[in-house]
Amino acid sequence: MTTILEARDVTKIFGGGMFDKTQTIALERFSFSVDADRPTVTAIVGESGSGKTTIVRLLLGLTSPTEGQVLYQGRDLQQLNRSERKEFLSDVQAIFQDPFEVYNPFYKVDHVLESPIDNFKMAKSKEHRRQLIVDALEAVGLRPDETLGRYPHQLSGGQRQRIMVARALLLRPKVIIADEPVSMVDASLRATILESLLVLKRDFGISLIYITHDLTTAFHISSDIIVLYRGSVTEGGNAGLVVPKPEHPYTRLLVGSIPMADPDLPWLGERVLGTPAGGVAPTGTSFCRFYDRCPHAMQECVEAAPPLFHTSHGRATSCYLYRDAPALPPDGLIQVLSEVDSDQQLSQNGLHLDPSLVRSPSSPS
Amino acid sequence: MAQGNEILRVDNLSVYYHTPEGPVKAVERVSFTLNEGERLGLVGESGSGKSTIALALMRMIRPPGRPESGQVILDGVDLLSLNEESMRKVRLAHLALVAQGAMNSLNPVKRIKEQFRYSLRDHGQEMKGAELEAFIAQLLQRVGLQPAVANMFPHELSGGMKQRVCIAIAISLNPQVIIADEPTSALDVVVQWQVIETLRKVQEELGAAVIQIGHDMGLMAQSVEKLGVMYAGKLIEIGPTEDVFKNPLHPYTQMLIESLPTLENRESLHGIPGLPPSLLNRDTNDCPFHPRCPHAMDRCKVQEPRMLEIQPGHMAACHLLDMPDNQAIAGDLQQSAAD
Repeated sequence: MTTILEARDVTKIFGGGMFDKTQTIALERFSFSVDADRPTVTAIVGESGSGKTTIVRLLLGLTSPTEGQVLYQGRDLQQLNRSERKEFLSDVQAIFQDPFEVYNPFYKVDHVLESPIDNFKMAKSKEHRRQLIVDALEAVGLRPDETLGRYPHQLSGGQRQRIMVARALLLRPKVIIADEPVSMVDASLRATILESLLVLKRDFGISLIYITHDLTTAFHISSDIIVLYRGSVTEGGNAGLVVPKPEHPYTRLLVGSIPMADPDLPWLGERVLGTPAGGVAPTGTSFCRFYDRCPHAMQECVEAAPPLFHTSHGRATSCYLYRDAPALPPDGLIQVLSEVDSDQQLSQNGLHLDPSLVRSPSSPS
Repeated sequence: MAQGNEILRVDNLSVYYHTPEGPVKAVERVSFTLNEGERLGLVGESGSGKSTIALALMRMIRPPGRPESGQVILDGVDLLSLNEESMRKVRLAHLALVAQGAMNSLNPVKRIKEQFRYSLRDHGQEMKGAELEAFIAQLLQRVGLQPAVANMFPHELSGGMKQRVCIAIAISLNPQVIIADEPTSALDVVVQWQVIETLRKVQEELGAAVIQIGHDMGLMAQSVEKLGVMYAGKLIEIGPTEDVFKNPLHPYTQMLIESLPTLENRESLHGIPGLPPSLLNRDTNDCPFHPRCPHAMDRCKVQEPRMLEIQPGHMAACHLLDMPDNQAIAGDLQQSAAD
């Protein structure tokens, strides 16, 4: 088992400097790894302020952790030498949210595809370079004659985002980090982009870290899901287990808040949870971040943050409701995620949601 | 819910944006009606004309845009023929808009209560002191906010709270119709539910009708009773939400519903191949969907399909429905949608 990218017990705190004494814990004791031998699609799901973007920046080495380490092939990302850094840049690629901002409007779109090839001296000749570009575009379902030679404004948001997928693919990376790649794209094109991301895993064996706020698309394309709430992992595990039967109250709230495209399914939203218990207040800095909205909040939730409990094969939940299950160390999630063969799970279709989350009034099931 | 008489009728509305290269036909001959207390959704991709309809109803289209033809009849009055001063009296009092990104339209340097006062004053309601405070407090309460919010600045509120403030401003003069343009885009799912619930609650209390504009089919399925589907400036299908989802008539609606990722069928993603047509100088005497449509016939390229009522209240504009035995075809379409 060779690990390409690993976050080991990473905490990131903003503020707390000389002038600004208030500290914001953006990410708390987060552990995660990507394996070279086992391509996976891992979704990191959370609302705004959950720490998703902080994870992206940490994994790309754009910011350094306050505690813990981010490792690339076992070496600290912040201490790579020049050649290691270059290797890292070709092994780990990113796709960002906004397909409108990443292009320079003065260059044709060819430019974003040519420059990585030139920078990494991948092509022997101009023809070879062109061939690499054509192959990459075709792999993501674009017709080269319809895209090359055009300016960014002549293409739709969906086409632009797929060119970004093609660009990421060009370097044959081992990992692609996609930060909300479809949130700014129209519904009818969203599916095509997600499809092209799945192709990267299936045909090229590239692992994908899919950062999103949208549990539905996360469930669709990912083998594993990690749910974040205000910087802490609330729940993680195989997508086929977590989404249909969420354990953590927050995950239940998230699943219940998805407006299903079926008028027969009720949209329960906060009614899934019920009234917050209240009556407890944290005394120290370690507490469950969800305590103030949770109907099950107890005294121990505000005394110490719950560890991850290994509730069943392939999943773990950070909530004292599951304290009968064995507690895991902070990096236990890595082990849990590798327990289930993801591909086997993915082939299961028609999973049924926990009836308490989506009750259909017309059918008794 | 009690649904009364027709409150709004949009008839053959066309809006073009005139550019040096020619007109961009943003909305082309759109007709629909809205009953008192009804919730209508308009769904479509970006550029399909849904926001332009919202602006046209409010008479807020700016040059180079211009309504080309049609009528917008609110409670018997044709809004497009009113002068500017009369239209100003209609806005907010009869027809209120929660604009796209409304929460970012709050003035960052004014307290919330000032923003209420301005909008009331601009629409002819001068209030002061305790009377104003009490009025604002009850509006805020109706959208589930504390009266103390009145003394806050927008940056002190979360996105969902700001959006609820905008809804409170919109309902301040008891409008008959509320237009909400993408009321929850850029909000988290949990907050999205709160905002839609708030909108539904105030709308039911007021007995107002709502036109909710958006691109999220899931949100539409959960929050409106009647759904209109827009494509390339045209309304291609409209009907009771349940019928549109269960028995979509237009191939675009069928493919759009199939392309939605659901929690039931994983890893089966069906995007719609191709792209919407450019609206610049578009020859509108065809079906706008024909280049992407798997059922396209020669006729679709040269003749605009008529709106046909296939089931009570459920209409679509597709040549497949306009054949001798259109019920059978509609059945076929249902079948192919189910496959």
